Amino acid sequence: MNRIDVKRRNVLDHRKKQFADPSYKETQYPHRLNFYSTPPTADITLEQFEQWAIDRLRILAELEACSFRNKTPAETALHMKPLLDKYLPLDASSSGHSQLHAQRQKDHYSHFILRLAFASTEDLRRRFTRVETMLLRLRFQADDSRERAAFVRTLNLDWEPVSEDEKRALSPQLATTIGFGYGKRAQQVLDEDWCKVDWMRVPDLVEGRKVYVKAGKAYVPGREQQSMVLNAYTKRLEQALELTARALPRLDEDDRLTPILDHLSKNFITPDASYTGAGAAIEGAEMTARNMDNLSQHFPMCMTHLHRSLRRDAHLKHFGRLQYTLFLKGIGLNLEECLVFWRSAFNKVTDDTFNKEYRYNVRHVYGDVGGDSNRRGGGYSPYSCQKILTEHAPGPGEAHGCPYRHFSLENLTSLLRASGVTERAVLQGVKEDTDSQKFHMACNRVFEHLHRTEIKRAKDEGVMTAAQLETIVHPNEYFKRSYLLKNTMDNKQKHRGADVKMEG
Amino acid sequence: MPNSDLPAAEAVGASTSPSATQMEKEPAIAAASSPPVDEDTVMVEAGEVQAMVEATAPVAEVPSAQGQAEADNDMMVEIKQDKKSEIKLEDLFEGMDSDDDDDFLAAANPLNAPAPREPDTHDASFELLRIYYQRFFPWRYMFQWLNHSPVPTNDFKHREFSLWLHNDAVMRYQSYTTSDLFRKDVIRLMPRRIEIGPVYTADPRDRKTFRNSTAFQPMAKELCFDIDLTDYDDIRTCCDKANICNKCWKFTNMAIKVLDTALREDFGYQHILWVYSGRRGVHAWVCDKKARALGDQQRKAITGYFDVVTGGKQGGKKVNIRRPLHPHLSRSIDILKDHFQQDVLETQDPWQTAEKADALLQQIPDLGLREALRKKWDASPGRASTAKWADIDALAQTSASAALDPKDLLDAKQDIVLEHTYPRLDSAVSQKLNHLLKSPFVVHPGTGRICVPIDRGNLEGFDPLNVPTLQGLVTEIDAWAETEGAAAAMAAVEVSEGGGGGGGSSSQDVKHVQDWEKTSLKPYIEYFRSFVTALMKDEREVAVKREREEEGDVDVKVESLDF
Repeated sequence: MNRIDVKRRNVLDHRKKQFADPSYKETQYPHRLNFYSTPPTADITLEQFEQWAIDRLRILAELEACSFRNKTPAETALHMKPLLDKYLPLDASSSGHSQLHAQRQKDHYSHFILRLAFASTEDLRRRFTRVETMLLRLRFQADDSRERAAFVRTLNLDWEPVSEDEKRALSPQLATTIGFGYGKRAQQVLDEDWCKVDWMRVPDLVEGRKVYVKAGKAYVPGREQQSMVLNAYTKRLEQALELTARALPRLDEDDRLTPILDHLSKNFITPDASYTGAGAAIEGAEMTARNMDNLSQHFPMCMTHLHRSLRRDAHLKHFGRLQYTLFLKGIGLNLEECLVFWRSAFNKVTDDTFNKEYRYNVRHVYGDVGGDSNRRGGGYSPYSCQKILTEHAPGPGEAHGCPYRHFSLENLTSLLRASGVTERAVLQGVKEDTDSQKFHMACNRVFEHLHRTEIKRAKDEGVMTAAQLETIVHPNEYFKRSYLLKNTMDNKQKHRGADVKMEG
Repeated sequence: MPNSDLPAAEAVGASTSPSATQMEKEPAIAAASSPPVDEDTVMVEAGEVQAMVEATAPVAEVPSAQGQAEADNDMMVEIKQDKKSEIKLEDLFEGMDSDDDDDFLAAANPLNAPAPREPDTHDASFELLRIYYQRFFPWRYMFQWLNHSPVPTNDFKHREFSLWLHNDAVMRYQSYTTSDLFRKDVIRLMPRRIEIGPVYTADPRDRKTFRNSTAFQPMAKELCFDIDLTDYDDIRTCCDKANICNKCWKFTNMAIKVLDTALREDFGYQHILWVYSGRRGVHAWVCDKKARALGDQQRKAITGYFDVVTGGKQGGKKVNIRRPLHPHLSRSIDILKDHFQQDVLETQDPWQTAEKADALLQQIPDLGLREALRKKWDASPGRASTAKWADIDALAQTSASAALDPKDLLDAKQDIVLEHTYPRLDSAVSQKLNHLLKSPFVVHPGTGRICVPIDRGNLEGFDPLNVPTLQGLVTEIDAWAETEGAAAAMAAVEVSEGGGGGGGSSSQDVKHVQDWEKTSLKPYIEYFRSFVTALMKDEREVAVKREREEEGDVDVKVESLDF
């Protein structure tokens, strides 16, 4: 056990203490995994400080990117393996690797350096916790089972083991939670290591109905204990970051570390927040309420569907309104026009109802009203695909969400057909993408199909660089690119036509 | 929807004397100038009540009625601003979303909202509402319910109430130190709806005094569930939108049984209050101490645990669950089986039309069986759903292809049963600690029905179309005065005095009969009282036990010395 009071030996005469440097016992790393409960104490060089942090940051940024691309855990592991080996190798104790201590020290120190860099704002803290948890999960899964068990034992998580008698008594219920198919026998239940915890400690398992719950206790099979470990880790890390954030202003520091830390936190670019809403209007596009029907040909399927539902029902439910309003804001529709748009779209309600129940929300989204922070920030930023895919799955009667993810295949196909995607090969590709949960790929496939001539021409003429044609991960990006492709190409053609005419 | 939806004016005309005179006065001025008149009377009244408030609590306010009116307006404006500045976008939506469509529909539905008569009904219901708050609303039990103890604690003092006024302003972050102050403020402001929010770490009225946001946080709230029959629109055949009848009400009974059982057996909760929401749904309040302390993540988890019927209107297949069935689901199917047969197949006849039957066929796993069924049903149009359901098994024996796995068919059938019976929850209500929910015993502004608790033990006996209404209660109390009046003349006099003066508190007389006891509200309030008593008893025992654990050893020694 690494405890700070054990490690920090007071070897000095107490009268001299305040003038002396503290001395620490050297940190030992008995396990490959680490909960990072003890801060590092040894000296490292400035170069190491920066390099280690950058290496870890690379890993974390890549992990985050994987989650944004909706990679499965297996794909992520495959993708990360070479990167981890290169930047942040961590071998098992049994490997007998000569660099074992150095590896673990780097892992340990880089974690704490990044803590300093990412403790400052709540947003950074949340993202840091999220990706660090992902990293731990990745390593936890890859860890040797015996070493993993040894590591878990050191964590002091109070789990109550389930007795043999209880296992036997509950075996029919328990059996349903440890496997697919009906063939599970009582013996398998008895073989498994069950433990009993308050259900509140394993909310994700309860949410997915992956455990049996009885009288407030969740019965967790051995293999799911990972989730409890990760939960405990997330919780501890959140608390620690909070403390770090409070201590930051009093950081006793000359000007060597602060620039590095600042630089680090700025480099943690957010793929999902990169789309700044206001001022993104595209030149030449007429952004008015009445032009929306025309512009909707450039919308991605999620917004097309919202637009059609709105036109059909003259109403959208709450999350639909939110998702759509934010999108409209993102494409450059200003507040006045947006209010006009919603007012005319909700043509079945009275002015009074509209003003009472909907106007305020639209204004709030634009940052026209609301608290200081809302107004200063200009309201909410448009939802990214990531957000649409993961938050608030649509319920009965709701039209928001991502069609590739939330529609049944038949409905998705008919929506696509209605939007002009009829080629069998494309539809088949979309089906494969959605089956393997690559909703982005499906959307991008449709985009590429619908704009195939323009893209080809753009590539041929070198109008758009490859970077401008990379995977779309934001509905507003879809719109922008679609609009630009169609229109710049058309303009070009017109120009050329004009040139020809002049020459002729 | 029969007589309970009568416009308020008609029901009132024949009932009480004070409101009847009010009625006669009003129509003359109603059309042109009713809003200002209305406001004046309210403000004068407000001044009076305010004077009483001042007598009991040290509130520095302008004493004159006029001044009070101004002060009130200021307060209102300030509160409106508060609301705008304090609430994040999502919170704001949360407060609204559970019922915003409800109100929207109310306006669209001619049955429920007699639009042309709005001025009269408004004033009349206003007067009735005052009577209701003064004489019928169970203030004391509401207080005990939220306070968990006879003496005011922070559970009540730091609890947020939000009042929806008649001018559509919403006053959020109201809090009260005692039940009496709560009552007086409500009578002064006459909200048409009261919502209950969380208990905060500090008094919600002081929230602006905290510099950092961490000092003012929601701490506890009952775990709430909201079931709304509009979510069943794709499987109800009898009604749609905001309308309900006894046939589709059965869906809520099924939902209550499934949720109640799971909350008790799986999660170990005991104090679950089911409340009729006044129009087309029910709310659940899980009041156990442990449930109140749940965080957002855990609330989300429990909502996910109950989430089975998913997907938007484009989602196609609605039930997508893993096999083998989780114990909660297999138990739920056991509970729902009989209801499916009776309340769905026989009563709702969900696959009557060819279109609906086709949707059913899409869920049958085997193509051969699907075609055989289609042929059979096309041959006899109008075949009842019960027969169609039986056909599936019958034809599976004969015409299914060899590839059909009986397990697949069973799974598909289970999915269909769940789709048509399993509870559909409005998850936003359950997920967030700081979500507000309409209080029990409030009058639903659209229907005039009281949001009464539903006895879990007597679900079948509850008729949503027959719950006490605002108008009905006043009629009943008048009828009681006539019949019982001779026998209990004394009590009647006392009551009318108590009612008129705004008193009517319980401590006056031993023989005193509460007004609610004379009406059809009685069983509901009695049920609520027993619920609250049980809750308080549990709460007290927990407290006592903790005390004992802390001081146990010392006490024992002292006692033994005495002997």
